[in-house]
Amino acid sequence: MLLRPNPSSGVPIYLQLMEQVKHAIETGALRPGEQLPGIRPLAEELVINPNTVAKAYRELEHEGVIELRHGAGAFVSGNARAQKLTDKFRAGQTIVAAAVERLRARRVTEEEIRRLFEAELAGLSKRGANDG
Amino acid sequence: MADSFIIETDELRKNYGPVEAVRGLNLQVPAGSICGFLGRNGAGKTTTIKVLLGMARPTSGHVRVFGLAAEAQQASVDIRRRTGFVSDDKDLYGYMTVEEMVRFTAAFFPRWRADLQQRYLRTFELPLDRKVKALSGGMRTKLALLLALCRGAELLILDEPTSGLDPAMNEEVLRALVAHVASEEMTIFFSSHQIAEVDQIADRVVIIHRGRTVVTGALEDLRENFRRIQLVFDGEAPEPALRAPGIERVWRQGRVLTILSSAGAERILDEARPLNPVSVDVVPVTLKEIFLETVLTED
Repeated sequence: MLLRPNPSSGVPIYLQLMEQVKHAIETGALRPGEQLPGIRPLAEELVINPNTVAKAYRELEHEGVIELRHGAGAFVSGNARAQKLTDKFRAGQTIVAAAVERLRARRVTEEEIRRLFEAELAGLSKRGANDG
Repeated sequence: MADSFIIETDELRKNYGPVEAVRGLNLQVPAGSICGFLGRNGAGKTTTIKVLLGMARPTSGHVRVFGLAAEAQQASVDIRRRTGFVSDDKDLYGYMTVEEMVRFTAAFFPRWRADLQQRYLRTFELPLDRKVKALSGGMRTKLALLLALCRGAELLILDEPTSGLDPAMNEEVLRALVAHVASEEMTIFFSSHQIAEVDQIADRVVIIHRGRTVVTGALEDLRENFRRIQLVFDGEAPEPALRAPGIERVWRQGRVLTILSSAGAERILDEARPLNPVSVDVVPVTLKEIFLETVLTED
């Protein structure tokens, strides 16, 4: 599993860690029931504050993505939540792939596509201007 | 004052004759945190550290370490007994060998951790029989840090702990500090010029400018709340009367209006949308940018 937050990006490190754990589950790199590294070893490995790792794990537990078992460590939830992440991701991939395909056909460059997605996600692009 | 704070200062002031070195510093360092202390040269960092350790008396204001008033004689002895301190000149006896220096220091501390001593001698790769005066700057730093880490202290105060270290040694020292906080009941307060290392290992940050606290808080909160908002307009950018809280700075340049916020973007965007910008960008603000914004301003 690839956990590599960028401490200097200005984005909270615990959010980056949460995203990266979720992404690992989405792609299947981490499967339900599998164990995550402990707070202390992970903090040491990444050389980041242990409180930050602890916060990421607490939030992930709160969202039902992982389970913290006393003394045993952190595990990917065996429940539907983790499986749903994977399913949702797979379904989303199909939709995005189709959209990217259509944009490419219109000779929109990769960089432009990236900016379009970012603007759309920021919720600020003009509505109703979608291609027909 | 709550005792969950290991270090707490309230409107701390310290004058040296006519020079106001510290003029209104408010610090709150919770137990178990790693707090980075940032400021330009001459901002008052070293003076603050001296006051925390009872090595200088405050001109006014309050200082508590472990809940003890640092300006009181007996309390400051107690504070220093429970605190490991590494000064920026890394005070060591040059005529001793590394081994003698370690043994000599250990004798003063009943809670000396022989287990940690073994571990750090190994990870820091310190040559036991070399004279301290023959050590490189990086080695001296690591030895000073080892002596502070092994004494069983509850608080470490480090004045620029990584100055003079190469990037590999730097990472090694940061890793040791992270590991130490994770495994011991320990709080670290360190001054630094390396914003990247504060970003990396701190969970709290204090920025001091001309003797005053200009930014303080949990680093993740700062990352969550500081935003740079850039609005592009069809014509000349308007001069908006924004009332949203947390607006730190506003720049107008041609068609572009840029706003630095310390309280997120939403409220500002709510006020800005009726101005009909053609494009809106909201980006996170790095600690380096926060630092530069706050210490490069005139007062």
